[in-house]
Amino acid sequence: MRALLLLLAALLAQPALAQSALAQSALPPAPYAYRQLDDPAQEKQAHDLMVTIRCLTCQSQSIADSDASMAGDLRSEIRERIARGEKPEHIRRWLIERYGDWISYEPTSDPILWPLWGVPLLMLIGGAALAATRIRRRGRRNGRRGRNGKEGAGQ
Amino acid sequence: MKRWLLWLPLVLFAALALMFIGRLRQPDDGLIVSKMVGKPLPEFTLPQAASDRPPLASSEFARGRPRLLNIFASWCVPCAAEAPQLEALAAAGVPIDGIAIRDAREDVDAFLKRWGNPYRHIGLDARSQVQIALGSSGVPETFLIDGQGRILHQHIGDIRADDVPGLIAKWKAAQ
Repeated sequence: MRALLLLLAALLAQPALAQSALAQSALPPAPYAYRQLDDPAQEKQAHDLMVTIRCLTCQSQSIADSDASMAGDLRSEIRERIARGEKPEHIRRWLIERYGDWISYEPTSDPILWPLWGVPLLMLIGGAALAATRIRRRGRRNGRRGRNGKEGAGQ
Repeated sequence: MKRWLLWLPLVLFAALALMFIGRLRQPDDGLIVSKMVGKPLPEFTLPQAASDRPPLASSEFARGRPRLLNIFASWCVPCAAEAPQLEALAAAGVPIDGIAIRDAREDVDAFLKRWGNPYRHIGLDARSQVQIALGSSGVPETFLIDGQGRILHQHIGDIRADDVPGLIAKWKAAQ
């Protein structure tokens, strides 16, 4: 019983600790910054979006990875919008309207990214062409050797 | 085998090397410029942040006179550093409104008492919602809003002494 109480006390103390670690602000974090949505399907939608949104404070992390206050505020904003039924791609567009493509880790279909999409295709075609010519050449050589062999047997 | 094909890897390598050198020589200042510059100010109504200043709503900005909108916080050190420059702007007649990010009333009051209060209105943005709607990525940032409520200019980071004349000129040009 006492162990249980201690455990409970430790659990209760944890948010206070987390808060003092985030000394950037006097306020408690936004409601859904560190809390998942109750509906697992909605939480999955929110999480899938959050891992592709760049943190504005720690610019190489996603907001799902970052402990910055602003990342927490953005997580809460995204979760609440998804809970209200907004589509993840709509939220992404809203953020890109404000911060530019920079904020999204998801590559877009803008002309500047055409090489990114095109290069794998070109390499695939190039590789296939290379393989085709080599196979054809080897086939020809094998054929020649075959004839040579027959000639040899005839001697 | 065509001869020139042998040179292709070297040419590709040279092109990549040139690109790397070019990009490495460009400074990475990490500034994220808001895409809202040139667009109308998003609509918002914020509660009061300081005891002796009225709260702030976006409707304050469409009244014919350009104003500065300063994003700050009592917990932000560069915001204290830019306080004298905001005072200088206010003394030059530039109306300044503030938005305090993730702040508490007593902290804002103490901050203004210590560093000065150049603001006409101060709104409290407890969860950075207005900051995000503005495309602002940190504190402090300052926006110049024209008399029709359109965002004309974004100043990222603290306002230094040598930024003040430029900001006054921009504000005058917006009249």
